[in-house]
Amino acid sequence: MAKKYLMKGNEAMAEAALRAHCRHFFGYPITPQTEVAAYMAKRMPKLGGTYLQAESEVAAINMVLGASAAGMRAMTSSSSPGISLKTEGISYIAASDLPALIVNVMRGGPGLGGIQPSQSDYWQATKAPGHGDAQVLVYAPSSVQEMVDLTIRAFETAERWRMPAMLLADGMLGQMMEPVSFPDEVPLPPEKPWALTGTKGARKPNIVNSLYLTPSQLEQIVKERFQRYEKVKAQEVLCERYKLDDAQFVLVAYGATARICKAAVDMAREKGIPVGLFRPITLWPFPEKELAALGGQVKSMLAVEMSMGQMVDDVRLAVNGRCPVYFYGRTGGIIPTPAEIEGQIVKMANRKEEA
Amino acid sequence: MAVLFQKTKGLTDRETHYCPGCTHGIIHRLVAESLEELGVLGETIGVCPVGCAVMAYDYFNCDMVEAPHGRAPAVATGLKRARPENVIFTYQGDGDLAAIGTAETVHAATRGENITVIFVNNAIYGMTGGQMAPTTLPGQVTQTTPYGRNTDYSGFPVKVCEILREVDGVAYAERVAVNSVPHIRKAKAAIKKAFQNQLEGKGFSLVEVLSTCPTNWGMTPVEALGWVENKMIPYYPLGVYVDRDVHHRKEEEA
Amino acid sequence: MILNLLIAGFGGQGVLFMGKVAASAAMLMEKEVSWLPSYGPEMRGGTANCSVSIDDNPISCPLITEPETLAVLNGPSFDKFIDAVRPGGKAFIDSSLIQKKTARSDISAYYIPAATLAEEAQLQGLGNIVMLGAIAKETHFAPMEVLEEAIRQVVPASKAHLVDANIQALKLGYGYQE
Repeated sequence: MAKKYLMKGNEAMAEAALRAHCRHFFGYPITPQTEVAAYMAKRMPKLGGTYLQAESEVAAINMVLGASAAGMRAMTSSSSPGISLKTEGISYIAASDLPALIVNVMRGGPGLGGIQPSQSDYWQATKAPGHGDAQVLVYAPSSVQEMVDLTIRAFETAERWRMPAMLLADGMLGQMMEPVSFPDEVPLPPEKPWALTGTKGARKPNIVNSLYLTPSQLEQIVKERFQRYEKVKAQEVLCERYKLDDAQFVLVAYGATARICKAAVDMAREKGIPVGLFRPITLWPFPEKELAALGGQVKSMLAVEMSMGQMVDDVRLAVNGRCPVYFYGRTGGIIPTPAEIEGQIVKMANRKEEA
Repeated sequence: MAVLFQKTKGLTDRETHYCPGCTHGIIHRLVAESLEELGVLGETIGVCPVGCAVMAYDYFNCDMVEAPHGRAPAVATGLKRARPENVIFTYQGDGDLAAIGTAETVHAATRGENITVIFVNNAIYGMTGGQMAPTTLPGQVTQTTPYGRNTDYSGFPVKVCEILREVDGVAYAERVAVNSVPHIRKAKAAIKKAFQNQLEGKGFSLVEVLSTCPTNWGMTPVEALGWVENKMIPYYPLGVYVDRDVHHRKEEEA
Repeated sequence: MILNLLIAGFGGQGVLFMGKVAASAAMLMEKEVSWLPSYGPEMRGGTANCSVSIDDNPISCPLITEPETLAVLNGPSFDKFIDAVRPGGKAFIDSSLIQKKTARSDISAYYIPAATLAEEAQLQGLGNIVMLGAIAKETHFAPMEVLEEAIRQVVPASKAHLVDANIQALKLGYGYQE
């Protein structure tokens, strides 16, 4: 068995990035993800890599753009208000078909909001990570181990599809410690013939660009990118099913909320309620087909989020009326308790069946 | 037949989109010639701005990346940190470098990033059709200062070389112009030096080039060259503002 | 649940470290474990607390709002959390810093003068570990030898000279009779 370490989510994620051969980190301090920067600042110089504290989030994401254009595995990390600043760069990175990893350890918003855990950046991550027609891969870890596993996976899928990936965590996952293990070996990044290395006089110049002034040309480029997105949707969806085999009621939750929902499911099962949990691990691509199928088999679903209700939109679109989809959420940095969610399960089970 | 003049290999054969009389073309050539003469064209990665030079990736015959508006020094930082052995330059206008990208410019400079910045100052926003730039002169009429730039209301022009003189990470800052043959020759020497500095690892090097915009200034090309001489140079004095070896000095301090 | 512990005190009392020793002991026993600190401005100056959950099954919710076991190292933490302890739970109160006593009869309260005990034994600042020893004795969440090994792992290399003092403090708390 691989050696286990007791580590904070933020530090484990940083270590995972290093083991995934990421040697270029650009950041700016913000609670609750500052441990990532501190960890990188300590380790990168010893590995011959770059840790650079940028003058702003805007600069940090553009440094990532530069390092990624140069063919390197590059990343940045921030929390909600900082991610808003990065969205300009994320749009350019997506439009330039560059891979990169952006970590969002979410905190309560909008505005300066608070610093306690939140999931209120779901819309931003999955619908509008920047301007224009574009998506980013969005991974939602639910444990410190998944902070590690999904960080490594995010680098690999980002490079496979030449698009940015986001690790959408929250303050709880970032700050908590759990035992965690790391893979012995992570494959090296693939060759990148598109990377800017200098022509060495041996090839035509490579150009990394997102400007297309001719509408038909831009449309063509965007359409091709969306064809790629369809392949991503077909191949990269991840989800977890918990006690769903005989479930008539389903909780849908991701990230930290999902693990609290598991406790609530267990509590409700003790009372005889046949309830289970469906946990999207990729938020984009969203497990639409899986949820649609489930929607035809169960009486109702309840989306639980640390927000006013964002992912629930995607659940409803996927289920498309096959069963009622309810919502329960806390926001502002409040973490719902298992008992609170169990109460909602009881309420859902007691609802009169809607014809 | 003896060859008296050849176009530099540093430029592609693409016809540029620049207006007649615009001096971007001259500055492109000086950059390209410098890279060719230093023998580093195959090692060079350039960063385009947003502004009139946004499509410079079509003209420079080397690897190129397009940066968001103002962010070229940050993109260049990422490139240089990733590939320190390569030659990295940005090519930026006044809006890009001295307005929306001021933070990126000043901080790349404070870090002493070992990159070369070509700063084209023509005192106006060209691409968007002639609005006030951070470097628009007092009293200068633009689309957004139709009564002339009123410094009480719109503030004063930004003097980039003068600001950078106070920044410790700057190895080299010189202001040049391309409105006459002697000035062009000096500009060439400055640009080449700014690249040579990078090869020697000296630190952040910036050349501010006073340039024309006949279209948006509402002048003939010849009038525009005169306006640089008579209006711009008095406000933006030419010359070397900083010339030192930042990184070697750091070693001595340590 | 083997241990469901909320530790609270002032920043600087070693609240987080104390939790980390408990969590590391659980890891040595190959149990499921989570450790969650309070974070943000309250870490700097105000009250600090952390939740430690140890179980045979995966930990669902790492945040503890209604602890089975509470350890309070200062007055404000006592006021804030004593009513949150689950009925039947245990509260460990550093009586050298907290003069109050709880009126609750549905919980077991242990008054341990941890800070004073540490000081008298020339173990300044190790009241937290004295308290952890007392908790280990009453809850049996981990045997002494595992806790000692946890201390060896958690004390950073730069402070290796403090390992013995920490182990001494642990034993002091474990052996304390009210």
